[in-house]
Amino acid sequence: MGVNAAYAGREYPASEPYLVGREHLREFAGTVGAEHPAHHDVDAARALGHRDVVAAPTFAVVLAQRAEAQLIGDPEAGIDFSRVVHADERFTHHRPVCAGDELVTTLHVDSITERAGLSMVTTRCEITDTQGSAVATVRSTLAVRGEGS
Amino acid sequence: MSAPRLDDVHVGDVVGTRRIEVDRARLVRYAGASGDLNPIHWNERVAADVGLPGVIAHGMFTMGAAVGLVTDWAGDPGAVVDYGVRFTRPVPVPDPGAAVLDVTATVGAVDVEAGTVRVDLTVTLGTVKVLGKAQVVVRLAR
Repeated sequence: MGVNAAYAGREYPASEPYLVGREHLREFAGTVGAEHPAHHDVDAARALGHRDVVAAPTFAVVLAQRAEAQLIGDPEAGIDFSRVVHADERFTHHRPVCAGDELVTTLHVDSITERAGLSMVTTRCEITDTQGSAVATVRSTLAVRGEGS
Repeated sequence: MSAPRLDDVHVGDVVGTRRIEVDRARLVRYAGASGDLNPIHWNERVAADVGLPGVIAHGMFTMGAAVGLVTDWAGDPGAVVDYGVRFTRPVPVPDPGAAVLDVTATVGAVDVEAGTVRVDLTVTLGTVKVLGKAQVVVRLAR
């Protein structure tokens, strides 16, 4: 069974709010070697005008991945994870993510296309605060190999 | 180091270079911090079963690690307004040892009206480019 093209255009319900923790931002930044003081030191972040420590530019993947699991973990979608390669990823930040943010993620399946034996599945996560103001957009494409390729 | 000014930045300027060493322990730590627990990033047997040469780094680890020199240069991680990459080649991570990635960041475009600079990243493992079209858009003051 290949990827179910009928999932293209689907929009999932918004997630429960996700509370962004200060220690989580520090740990994530430390793991990717992001040493800028604004990731780690509250005073340094505030000196730059931020409310609290700032997330590394790819931190929003934590939220995106949780949302994408709704699609990838759905057997009806036909995405065999052992055949998946991550093709591309893009973050658009409408404002920086800071510790203390409560964020809501809405997953959209933008397209499912076939290309040379691969199914290209492009998703978009719209991340907002609990008032609905835009925080980040995360676009991701997975390449799923078909059976026998 | 003070933050660069938009007016002082020109296409072709080299923002910086950085070497990143990634070992298995780093991947385990990234798996925990990111929540990406896919075993191909820490389990040799599972990686081999799906046809990989061995454990490979999370593409998202490489993407996350490569941008650090741009945020340091910009002077504020909150200045990154857009960051996109394509994953062109896997990064096998040996055990024992480490994979060594070299990052070069160069100014690719300056948009005075928008107040932004596009920084292009080249990320290589030896001679192999592991990211394609890796572009970071940063907001700078004039």
